[in-house]
Amino acid sequence: MSTTITAQTVQVYTVFIKASPEQIWDAITKPEFTSRYFHGSVVDSTFEPGSPYRSYSPDRSQLWVDGVVEEADPPTRLRHTWRALYNEETAQEEFSRVTWEIEPDGAVCKLTVVHDQLEGSPKTAASVSGAGWMLVLSGLKTLLETGEPLS
Amino acid sequence: MDDDRVFKALADPTRRHLLDRLFERDGRTLTELESQVNMTRIGAMKHLRLLEEAGLVVTRRSGREKLHFLNPVPIRLIHDRWIDKYTERRVSALADLKNQLEETA
Repeated sequence: MSTTITAQTVQVYTVFIKASPEQIWDAITKPEFTSRYFHGSVVDSTFEPGSPYRSYSPDRSQLWVDGVVEEADPPTRLRHTWRALYNEETAQEEFSRVTWEIEPDGAVCKLTVVHDQLEGSPKTAASVSGAGWMLVLSGLKTLLETGEPLS
Repeated sequence: MDDDRVFKALADPTRRHLLDRLFERDGRTLTELESQVNMTRIGAMKHLRLLEEAGLVVTRRSGREKLHFLNPVPIRLIHDRWIDKYTERRVSALADLKNQLEETA
């Protein structure tokens, strides 16, 4: 059975992580962490509203993701725009938006990623749905809880 | 959060049906989902609550509406914990067998 699914223009992912909001914030904003769970990518931003949000290939030779920080409220909320340059087709599309929300919940934290405003970027929507964000978030949880990246 | 909750949530055909409907298209209201499962509003709410407690469904408010989204991350975590481990051994056993056969050939 095969069904063609059009990727959603609003996508929501959550994961519970045994870590503090500060640890999760660091994992999202520091390149030494992103390189270990985010497809090897190296994040580069001052995380001040209006500043660029950029993510590079592991050797920093290619810009993979380009965007602008729209909101930053450490360690609970980050919002930035997103254009995926790692693929020729997605690179032609419009910017979409990614929001990270970190909420303490007892001994754990709930991390929610909302990827929306994907109306002008269907190829990007398809690329980040399914295994995309799911792998990033399960990798982030594993890294913070065990200190080791997913194999 | 809890493997138990995820397994329990997945152990019911109506809840798996709801997940499949959300896989096709999520961001749906209770009213839309209720019509998909041929069930009373209270019954559908109960199933959705269990899915939400297991982290398989996430709700977001949009104006006056509460929208339901499929969250596949817990299924990935079950996969990492319960499936990868066993398939890896099988794959490596096959790889070992291949090496042995090729060496003796």
